Amino acid sequence: MLISVASGKGGTGKTLVATSLALSLKSMYNVQLLDCDVEEPNDHVFMKPTIIRSEAVSIPVPSVDEEKCTHCGKCGEVCVYNAIAVTKQKVLIFPELCHGCGSCSYLCPEKAISEVANEIGVIETGNADGVDFIHGKLDIGQAMAPPVIRKVKEQANNEGTVIVDVPPGTSCPVVEAVKDSDFCLLVTEPTPFGLNDLVLAVETVKELDIPCGIVLNRAGVGDGKTEEYCREENLPILLTIPLNTEIASFYSRGISLIEGMPQWKSSFLELFDKIGEIVNERSSDTER
Amino acid sequence: MKEVVILSGKGGTGKTSIVGSFAAIAQSKVLADCDVDAADLHLLLSPSVKEENEFWSGQVAVIDEEKCTQCGLCQDVCRFDAIKDFKVDPISCEGCGFCSHICPVEAIDMKESLSGHWFISDTKYGHLVHARLGIAQENSGKLVALVRQRAKQIAERDGLDYIISDGPPGIGCPVISSLSGANLALLVTEPTLSGIHDLERVLGVCHHFGITALVCINKYDLNEDNTRQIEDYCLNLGVEVAARVPFDNVVTEALVQGLPVVEYSQGEVTQEIESLWQRIGLALQ
Repeated sequence: MLISVASGKGGTGKTLVATSLALSLKSMYNVQLLDCDVEEPNDHVFMKPTIIRSEAVSIPVPSVDEEKCTHCGKCGEVCVYNAIAVTKQKVLIFPELCHGCGSCSYLCPEKAISEVANEIGVIETGNADGVDFIHGKLDIGQAMAPPVIRKVKEQANNEGTVIVDVPPGTSCPVVEAVKDSDFCLLVTEPTPFGLNDLVLAVETVKELDIPCGIVLNRAGVGDGKTEEYCREENLPILLTIPLNTEIASFYSRGISLIEGMPQWKSSFLELFDKIGEIVNERSSDTER
Repeated sequence: MKEVVILSGKGGTGKTSIVGSFAAIAQSKVLADCDVDAADLHLLLSPSVKEENEFWSGQVAVIDEEKCTQCGLCQDVCRFDAIKDFKVDPISCEGCGFCSHICPVEAIDMKESLSGHWFISDTKYGHLVHARLGIAQENSGKLVALVRQRAKQIAERDGLDYIISDGPPGIGCPVISSLSGANLALLVTEPTLSGIHDLERVLGVCHHFGITALVCINKYDLNEDNTRQIEDYCLNLGVEVAARVPFDNVVTEALVQGLPVVEYSQGEVTQEIESLWQRIGLALQ
């Protein structure tokens, strides 16, 4: 089962929930934790994994053989990302704009374009105290997170329990990280910012047709409007974590909740059971 | 006219609360909400929308079933796995158009897609340019660029001194789009190990693009050891820590009231944000 942990708003506690869930389940299941927040991955701060393997992520970008090139301009015409500009004497390539679609090399009438790997990030695989750990890191200055996220998700073990930590927001990196999940946990806080962004996140997972449930973090701050929204929209609140200085203190020091306050383990096991029930119910509904 | 963009790397460190306060403090400015994925600044500024525009960007492939001979070439060439069973998944399609160029029977058209909306609003603190990216849409970087461009036009038209931009979390496409060509970045961090790790990466992006950065440590008293670690780190890099804002529930209380915290409380948080804005004003001179 693949469970993604998303939020819309940043800083609501995705990492806290994803790492706690992985650490609570590891003694009973084969657990894999995939940190897909490749712009700002933080799970490793809490999991302290031993990295065994490191692999560069690159996308294929064009390289032009100027001897064959007739400067006909076809490549510049077909590139919708403006990654190629053709002048009378030279072809200019902007690798940071290239999505690696391959149109230019395929469509070049002179076969003057080959593809070379442009490194944009890295994925690291390792083990953290019984949890299979994988995260991706986008290189500084690179714009495109989705190819790195895709690479992390390719490592998912479909036989086991996979927890995916999703980047904040609602656009392409989030979609890439959340899609193909069996369930999406949305972590929010009961403030107007948290609610505004939760609504957007709920719309996103609905668009992807993935069942979701809510983790209400820092309960006690803000107002009651988030709970009201969840009731109206029939969104189950599966776990409530109170605003608590001890939790915040462990978090600030990079100590996972389960290590610092092991009494939380049973709450996360319950959370996992509730998710399992929802997913099973849904799959038996579809079978019928 | 000078532009300051507020970033953080890690989400939820307090960018928007600080920008909302700058809105109330600063004179002669226009505000831009560049977090187009999950825009929140409007919740503090009670804007009245004066202009609403559609954002058309990017294309999506559409297969004409009547013309399609199911040869499968489009599926073979698509690198985004966006075509399955001779149907396009619009969410996976990156709009490159490869399939439409190579389809032997010209059965694939590229259709423009409505990717979001952008707005120009009035607030009691001045104009706000903001946007909303469509659900599960791409091209947030382009929408950010558009928001900044409109904010700049307003600043030029009205002869304003500052553009204050609330940036997105992360370090990727929309962050780069928010940052390029700005005069100054203010990086809001928090004294957690995650916050420090993410600060290092976003600072790397500022250096990469040659943008001067100031750092604000928000909720600095939640872990003073970590605060000292951030200060040492910044000192070593020659980056100025321009403010240390204490933790105080008034920030959330103000948010619940829909107010910038400086309009709600006269406490230490407010004083520190006021002096931070003065420091930014000097840095922008």
